[in-house]
Amino acid sequence: MTYWQGIWDRWQFLWDDRGDGVTYWQWMFSAWGYTVAVAAVSLVVALAIGCLVGTLRTVSQHRVVSALATGWVELFRNIPVLVQLFLWFFVISEIVPGMRGVPSFVLACCALGFFTSARIAEQVRAGIQALPQAYRYVILPQTFRIIIPPLTSEAMNIVKNSSVAFAVSIPELISFAMQTQEETSRGIEVYLAATVLYIITALAISWFMSSREKRARVPGLSSQGQGAH
Amino acid sequence: MRKVLIAATIAFAAMGAAAQADGTLDKIKSSGIITQGVRESSGLAYTLGNGVYTGYHYDVCQNIIADIKKKLGVEKLDIRYQPVTSQNRVPLVQNGTVDLECGSTTNNKARGRDVDFATTVYIEEIKIAVKANSNIGKLEDLNGKTIATTTGTTSVQTLRKNKRGKDLKFSEVFGKDHADSFLLLQSGRADAFVMDASILAANIARAQNPKDYKILPEVLAVEPIAIMIRKNDPEFKKAVDESIAAQIKTGTIAKLYDKWFMQPIPPNNVTLNMPASDATKEAWANPNDKPTEDCQQPGE
Repeated sequence: MTYWQGIWDRWQFLWDDRGDGVTYWQWMFSAWGYTVAVAAVSLVVALAIGCLVGTLRTVSQHRVVSALATGWVELFRNIPVLVQLFLWFFVISEIVPGMRGVPSFVLACCALGFFTSARIAEQVRAGIQALPQAYRYVILPQTFRIIIPPLTSEAMNIVKNSSVAFAVSIPELISFAMQTQEETSRGIEVYLAATVLYIITALAISWFMSSREKRARVPGLSSQGQGAH
Repeated sequence: MRKVLIAATIAFAAMGAAAQADGTLDKIKSSGIITQGVRESSGLAYTLGNGVYTGYHYDVCQNIIADIKKKLGVEKLDIRYQPVTSQNRVPLVQNGTVDLECGSTTNNKARGRDVDFATTVYIEEIKIAVKANSNIGKLEDLNGKTIATTTGTTSVQTLRKNKRGKDLKFSEVFGKDHADSFLLLQSGRADAFVMDASILAANIARAQNPKDYKILPEVLAVEPIAIMIRKNDPEFKKAVDESIAAQIKTGTIAKLYDKWFMQPIPPNNVTLNMPASDATKEAWANPNDKPTEDCQQPGE
């Protein structure tokens, strides 16, 4: 009994005031909100650019266009995401006029979104090229239906990758965890809580996407629901 | 399965009991080894690279270890250096990996539940750094501004209390480390950097153009920074405190302070130029191990 009491006591810090009238659990949910917001905005950016660039890579009659699209993919998938984030934050915002005042939230979403767009572009290209050539002008809608499984992985990855945003001062879950474990000396509990929130977020995406996948499945093209992930 | 669990429980309980029974002094004497916790990069202890550590608290600890060696009457005492971070320093002291943590750890009640602190030889002042041409002169001028501070430090809490107490509205932005927070100030993403005065002074001293920055005289809070030791080990604490008391009495501490805060220091030979504060002098005059919560705060 005392053992469980001890564990319960160690979680009491969640109800403590952090000093300005905000409790740790309120702060944790606000941090979770930042994580979800960074991931969601980045995903929108990544999907929009990724679909465009992936499609352009398959346009073989315009060499320049497909070369530019290929360049985009190679540029953004060959640089580590943390380095890209720092480039946006410390280099681009310093040397490009007018970028100084851009909020770090926007820069983080650009970095994460562009990085992921290169990966999505490759999946879109693979999806288009997987279809018979003759269907070229009616295949785009089908492509999106057959690439839902890898897109699900990307959406989940972007949630996990959003943790790098702490490095450019965005008050998301990792930033919350690092600061709170320092203030409360409850490192184990804080990181456990952050872990659970990441898992919940990723699982929610997984469930949502697999429900879309079932509805959008193309008979005869997808692998009949068997281990498509 | 159940038997295994019971055996494991007993083993853990026994380990806990063993850790309690053997004092740190006995352990040091029987093993001939003392482990000093050091920091890679912090105000009072840092590395020069290649496993060489230095700093004000580092020197104080070297003297403590020399005194312990004398007290134990051992001929040879090996010093092992264990780098610690702000995340793992408390657990490493708790489980006995580190005997003497000589970094820059604030003595507060939250940590006091898990570890003990030696007599304080340095009181940190939380201050505000701004650009030299800034029109910010005191805390109240920060209303509506953006303030940088570093993740994983207690300055954030000080800032929050001031925010509520003085009804100020400002946005906080967290640098991932001190260099990052200073960059926020330098690049204009923040109007001020609130942090330990020694860290502000060190960052300004290392800046490309130190004259571009100034530290405001206002003290937001004071925090005793102390050497951390394992909890409930009165013999070891007594040995450490006696050494510190002797170092204060003979003037060794004052000399070390001068060496680290008034003279050029490695690796870049910059001078922090930070005379001992009244609070630090008071701590030397009346040695104590009070946590932050029991210290007289400015404006109280």
